[in-house]
Parts: sequence; C-alpha cells; structure tokens
Amino acid sequence: MNINLTLIGQTIAFAIFVWFCVKYVWPPITGAMSARQKKIADGLSAADRASHDLELAQEKAAQEMRKAKEEAAALVDQANKRAAQIVEASKADARTEGEKLIEQARAEIQQESVQAREALRAEVANLAIAGAEKILETSVDAKAHSKMLDKLAAEL
Amino acid sequence: MAADTPVEYIKHHLQNLTYGKLPESYERADGTVMEEASWTFARTAGEATDMGFMAFHVDTLGWSIAMGVLFLGLFRFVAKRATTDVPGGLQNGVEIVFEFVQNLVRDSFNGRNPVIAPLAMTIFVWIFLMNSLKLIPVDFIPQIAHFLGLEYFKIVPTTDPNGTFGISIGVFLLILFYSAKVKGVGGFAKELSFTPFNHWALIPFNLVLEILGLIIKPLSLALRLFGNMYAGEVVFILIALLPFWIQWSLSVPWAIFHILVITLQAFIFTILTIVYLSQAHEEH
Repeated sequence: MNINLTLIGQTIAFAIFVWFCVKYVWPPITGAMSARQKKIADGLSAADRASHDLELAQEKAAQEMRKAKEEAAALVDQANKRAAQIVEASKADARTEGEKLIEQARAEIQQESVQAREALRAEVANLAIAGAEKILETSVDAKAHSKMLDKLAAEL
Repeated sequence: MAADTPVEYIKHHLQNLTYGKLPESYERADGTVMEEASWTFARTAGEATDMGFMAFHVDTLGWSIAMGVLFLGLFRFVAKRATTDVPGGLQNGVEIVFEFVQNLVRDSFNGRNPVIAPLAMTIFVWIFLMNSLKLIPVDFIPQIAHFLGLEYFKIVPTTDPNGTFGISIGVFLLILFYSAKVKGVGGFAKELSFTPFNHWALIPFNLVLEILGLIIKPLSLALRLFGNMYAGEVVFILIALLPFWIQWSLSVPWAIFHILVITLQAFIFTILTIVYLSQAHEEH
C-alpha cells in the first residue's frame, strides 16, 4: 500500500481515457440517439397525420356515397317518370290510331254501302223496265222514259 | 500458495506487484547485494516499501488500463456502428448506460459543459469495470501469475490507493481548472478568501477553511472508494482461508452483496464528481 509513481501513471491513464471518450465515443452515440429521437418523433407525428387523413377520407367517402345514392335515386325517379310518360304517349297514339282506323273502316263501309245501293238501284231500275216491258209487251223506249225511270230509281 | 500462515497469506494477497528502483548496495531479501541502483521487481513487501516513490504497481496500472481500453474499445465499437434505426442488444446496453449518465448530469450539473457527461461516463464505467474484477475469486489470477513467475499479483486497481487517488487527482485538477476558467483566477481567489465570512479580517481563516474544503474533495473521493473496495477484498481473502467445501456459503452471499457495492461505489464516485464540478462552475 505504498504511494508511488502508480499514482501519476493512473492520473495520466485517466486523462487519456477521458479525452478519448469526449472526442471519439460520446459524440457519435449522442448523434445517433438524438437522430433516432427525431425519427421517432417524426414517425409519431406522421402517424397522427395519417390517422387524421384517414378520418377525413372516410368522411369524404361517406359524403360521396350519400351523394351517389341521391343521384341514383334521382335517376331512377326520372327514368320512372320518363317511362310513364312514354307509356302514356304510346297509349294516346294507339288510341288515336285506332280511332282513325275505325273512322276509315266506317267511311269504307259507308262508301261500299252507297255503291251497293247505287248498283241495287240500277238493277232495280233495269228489273222495273224489264217487268214493265213484259207487262206492256212492248219495248219501252229507254230513251223516252229514262227521265221517269231515273225518278223511279231515285225513289228506291 | 506462496504463504503458509493465515497472516502471511493475507499480507501476500494485499501486496501489489511492484516494479521499482532499488538503491545501490541494497541488500535484497535473498541476501544478494545490489551493485548499482537499478529497476527491478520487488520480491518481498519490504523491498517494495524500500523502493519508495520511484516504483510502479504493474498490476494496478495494467488492469486499470486494460479495463479502460475494454470500456473505450467496446463503446467506440458501438459508437462507430451506432444506428438510428432499431438498435441491437449491445448498442441498447451502451445506450442505457449512456442515458443513465446523461440524466445524472442533467439533474446534478447546473452549468453548460460538453465535457462533463463523457467524463462522468468514463468514471462510472471505468470504476465499475475495475471494481468488478473483485468478483473473480481471490486466488484465481494470482495463482496464474504465480505459475508465470510473478510473486505478487493484486488485480483490483481500486483496492490500491494509487489507483483511486490517481482518478481523484484527475478530478481535482479539473475542479481547479474549471473554477479558474469560469470565475477567472481572481474570482476563484476571491471566492476562497471571502467565503463563508465576507470580511477582510477573516481572509486567513476563510482561506484555511476553503482550501481544506477543496482538498477534502479528492481525498474523500479516493478514500471512500479505496476503503470500500479494500475492506471487501479483505473479507474475500478471509473467506478464502476457510476450508474449501464451506467457502461458497460465505463467498457467494458476499459476492452477491458486492454486486451492489461495486455499482454503488462507481455511482457515488461519479455523482460526487459531477456535483464538485457543478460547484466549480457556480458563480457566487
């Protein structure tokens, strides 16, 4: 337990160790640790921001969805209305067409019945003349009596 | 074992391996007489004492430097590969020590000085490693040294007052340096002269008090560490005197207890160094 030069040797060793630690050990570790600290802080704030963004996106998505639904509903409504309109329009068309057809048919019938009456009338006139000829045994001058015959036919 | 009686055994274990200068015509333990003054290893405790101041404790210096190199090598290795990503196990361990010291300095040191934290870490880890050597069984390494022809070998540098005083003198020089740097040489002298009693007539009294207080700091640092480690070492040696089959019943609890002492003493030395240097930075 003698005090000797060891003392000075130990002091020198101590000084060198401290110098080395100050110069070469402490700074890189501090640097790495503070850099990591910053990184973690950045990461945390990024995560915060991301969750906030997610919330916003969800809200926006919900909004869009609602809007789309509304639009779809409006479209369906419109389509229904349009379809009803078309059905109405075609019904009306069909009705007028039918009426027109009926009208035409009626006109044709009318015409035909007029024609038939005309023919019948002519036939009757002829028959009447023939009958009269038989009765009189003489030929009737069709020309001379045509006025009378026409009168007769008109009366039929 | 190189000693027969318990007393000799204990003395033998408490003797450092000393390399020093023996004076001319000195009669050595084996009867030979030195023809001229020369450097040699002491063969007995008496020779080591007679070498006086011109001697080295080779074991103390060797082991303390080895521990210092181990500490710096390990930490430098980690520092060079320090990653900002997820740290590995080794880096994690180093960072725990690092943050521990950083917090100590932040809590106890009131100035701004980038040297204090690495200084504190050096002291803490170095002393911790040197103290830890105590957990190696007392006869283990001395016996190996004995086979290698070395008579004495004491591996724990902090059980040698030279070892602890060497560090505390370093701290003392730093206290003086920073006191003079922060307060100026005049300011420092003024502080020594006018505290605690601010009156010119009491300057001599103040000076004695303050200088004593200043010198007490390294003295208490070194002696506290040395005393604790030395006492623990003596107990280990005493336990080693017991029959081998019963030694474990005492040495194991004592060693476990010493895990605490080792850490605590390193911690106390570190925290007191920080406090003393903080005082050196304070202006009155």
